Amino acid sequence: MIYVVIAFLWTSILLYLILGGADFGAGILELFTSDANKTKTRKTMYRAIGPIWEANHMWLIIAIVILFVGFPSIYTTMSTFMHIPLVLMLLGIIARGTAFTFRHYDAVKDEMQKIYNPIFVYSSFVTPLFLGIIAGSTVTRSINPQANNFLDAYIFSWLNAFSFAVGLFTVAICGFLAAVFIIGQTQEQSERERFIRKAKAFNIMAVLAGAVVFGVSFIEDIPLTTWVFGSWPGVAAFILATISVIVLWSIWHKPYTNTMRFLAGFQVSMILFITTWEHYPNIVLLKNGDALSLLEEQGNAKTIDALAWALLLGSIFILPTLVYLIYSFQKNPATDKT
Amino acid sequence: MDDFLAARSQMALSLGFHIIFSCIGMVMPFFMAVSHYLYLKTNHITYKHVTKAWSRGVAIFFATGAVSGTVLSFELGLLWPKFMEHAGPIFGMPFSLEGTAFFIEAIALGFFLYGWDKFNKWFHWFTGVVVGISGLASGILVVAANAWMNSPAGFDYINGEYLNIDPIAAMFNDAWFSQALHMCIAAFVATGFAVAGVHALMMLKQQSVDFHAKSFKIAAVFGAIAALLQPISGDISAKFVAKNQPAKLAAMEAHFHTEKAAPLIIGGIPDTDNQTVKYALKIPGALSFMAHSDFNAEVTGLDQIPKENQPPIAITHYAFQIMVGIGVLLMLLSIAYFIALWKKKAWLQQKWLLKLFVFSTPLGFIAVEAGWTVTEVGRQPWIIKDVMRTIDAVTPMPGIVYSFYIFTAVYISLSFIVAFMLYRQIKMVPQLYGSTPSQ
Repeated sequence: MIYVVIAFLWTSILLYLILGGADFGAGILELFTSDANKTKTRKTMYRAIGPIWEANHMWLIIAIVILFVGFPSIYTTMSTFMHIPLVLMLLGIIARGTAFTFRHYDAVKDEMQKIYNPIFVYSSFVTPLFLGIIAGSTVTRSINPQANNFLDAYIFSWLNAFSFAVGLFTVAICGFLAAVFIIGQTQEQSERERFIRKAKAFNIMAVLAGAVVFGVSFIEDIPLTTWVFGSWPGVAAFILATISVIVLWSIWHKPYTNTMRFLAGFQVSMILFITTWEHYPNIVLLKNGDALSLLEEQGNAKTIDALAWALLLGSIFILPTLVYLIYSFQKNPATDKT
Repeated sequence: MDDFLAARSQMALSLGFHIIFSCIGMVMPFFMAVSHYLYLKTNHITYKHVTKAWSRGVAIFFATGAVSGTVLSFELGLLWPKFMEHAGPIFGMPFSLEGTAFFIEAIALGFFLYGWDKFNKWFHWFTGVVVGISGLASGILVVAANAWMNSPAGFDYINGEYLNIDPIAAMFNDAWFSQALHMCIAAFVATGFAVAGVHALMMLKQQSVDFHAKSFKIAAVFGAIAALLQPISGDISAKFVAKNQPAKLAAMEAHFHTEKAAPLIIGGIPDTDNQTVKYALKIPGALSFMAHSDFNAEVTGLDQIPKENQPPIAITHYAFQIMVGIGVLLMLLSIAYFIALWKKKAWLQQKWLLKLFVFSTPLGFIAVEAGWTVTEVGRQPWIIKDVMRTIDAVTPMPGIVYSFYIFTAVYISLSFIVAFMLYRQIKMVPQLYGSTPSQ
C-alpha cells in the first residue's frame, strides 16, 4: 500500500505543478503584459481559470496531508528547516488567492483594483519562486539537522544559488504552462498570436533557466548531470522531453490547442520524473550524507493502509467530477458576469 | 513575548481567523440552496437575486477560508513539529478524508458559481447543495481531529513511544461526536444571526425591502432553530467534559474545591490566590446536575489537579461565561421570533424585533470564538491530553514572534478588506438587483 501512497504523493505534486503552476503563470503573464493589453488579458485569463482555480490549489493540500500523515518525520524536518521560505510562500498564497477573488468580486470596480492587481501579480511570482527554492533545497544537501546556530539551521538551509535558480526555473515553467493553456481560450486571432508569442518566450526562458540550473550545479558541486544523464530512464525522459519541445514548436500556429497543452504538461512531468527518479525513494538529502527516504520514514503500516484507502476512495469522487468541471467550462467558458 | 507564547498566539490567531470563514463556508450554501429552491419553485425573481448576492459573498469568504486553511495545514508543522511528528500518523485520518471533502467542495463551488444558465437547473441547484454537504463534512472531520487532542485514542503510549496505532479508532475518539455536534450547530447559529442581522439593518433602513425581508427570513429561521437546539448539545458536551477533562470543567467554572452539590457559578472574578470567585451568582447544586445529572454528585475541583497540570483559569472561565451568556440570549431571541412567526404576526412589523436582530449580528461569532477559547485554552498545558505538553511540541526555531507580527498584520488587513467588500456588496444591492424585477 505504501506504493499507492507514494504514487498519490507524486501525482499530487505533479498536478499542483501543472494546474497550480498554470494558475500562478496567469499572474506572471500579467506581469509581462503591456498596459494596453492588460484588461483584455485579465478577461481572457479570468475566463480560463475562474471556475477551476480553487480546485487547482487543492493538490497542494493533498500533498501536504499525505506527507504529514504518511511521512511525519519528512514533514517535520522540512517545516522546521524550511520555515522561512515556507512562511514566505504561504504569505504569497494568502495574498494571491484573496487578491484574485477580491478583484473579481468587488461590487464596485474602482481604485481598489489598483491595489488588488499588483498584489495578485507579484504574489503570483513570489509563490512559485519560493516553491522552487524549497524544492531545490531538498537536493542541495544544505539541510543540517545538527546545525547549532540560526544561520546554518534556518537560513543557509535554503539560501543558495542552486535553489534560487530552481526557483526561477519554476517561475518560467509556470508562465510557459499558463501561456500554452490560455492559447486555447482566446477568442480573437490577434490575441491568440500574442499568447503564442508569450508561450514561445517563456519556453525559451524555461530552457535558459534550466541551463542556469545546470551551470550553478557545477559551481556548487551538485552532481546534477550525473543524476539526469547517469541512468537510462533519465536519458530517455530527457530525450522525450526534447522531442516534445520540437513537436510543440512545429504546431504553434495550427489549431491543435489540446495537443499543445498535453505536450507542455508532458514536458513538466518529464522534468519532475527526471528530478525524482534518481533519488527515489529518497526525497530530502541532508548535509551529513544521510537522506530522508519515503520507504524508511513511512508511518506505521495501519496508517499507510488507511491513508491509501482514503486516497483511492477520494479519487473515485474527485477525478470524474474534476474532469467534468474542466470539460464543461472548456466547452462553455465562464462569462464575466456572475 | 517569548517564542512559545508567540507560537501559541499565532496558532490561536490563525484558527480564530479561519473559523469565521469556515463557518460561513459551511452554512451559507444551505441558505443559498433554500432561496435557490424557492426561486426554482415559485419563479420569483427576488429569490434568484438573493441566491446570487449571497453566492458572491460566499465566493469571497470561501477564497479567504481556503487560503487560511492552507496556511493552517502548514502551520501545524511550522509551529508544532514535535507534535506532528508523533500525532500525524495517529490523528491524520480525518485530515486525509477532509482533503477529499474540501476538494469536492471546491469543484462543486466552481459548478455552482459559474454554472448559471449553463446546466440543467436542478443539477445546478444540486451542486450548491453538494458545496454545503461537503463543507459540513470537512468541518466535522477537522473537529474530530481536534477532539483527538482532547481525548487521545487509537494508540498506546508506553515509555515515551506511540505503539499499536489505529487511525480509525483515533478518528472516532470519545470526544468527536459531542465536539462536532456543538461546532456544527454553533456554525448555523453564528452565520444565521450574522446574516439575519445584516438584512434586518437594511430592512430598518427601508432599502430593497422585499430582497432583504426574504433574505432575513431564511437566515433567521436557520439561526433560530439552531439556537434552540444548541443547549441540548451544550448539555451533552458539559457531561462529556466533566467525565473526560475534569480540569477543563473546573477551569470553565472556576471551581476551586472538590465538593458534593457543587454550585453553578455565573459571572464573577476568579481569584486564584485565595481560591475564590468574587461577585459571582451561585446556583446551589446546579453544577453537579449539569456535569453528572445529579444535584448531589461530587464535582472534581482544581484542588485535585496538580498545579502544573491546570489550565489558565481566568481566561477559560470568562470565555465560558461569554459563550453560555450569548447562547442563552440568542435562544430567547429565537423563541421571540418563533412566537412572532406563529402567534404575533404584528411583532414582525415592529422595529424592536429587527433591532434585536441587528444587535445580535456579531454575537454568534463572538460565542464561537469564546467556545474555541474554552476548548483550546482549557486543554492546556497539554497538546495531547496527558501525553504531550504544548511547550514540548513547539518549534526550535527562534524569532517566531516576528512571524506572529506578520500574520497578525496580514489577517487584520484581510479582515478589513473583507468587511469593506461586504459593505460594498450590500450597498450595491439596489443597483445590481434593482427594485423592478428583470430577468
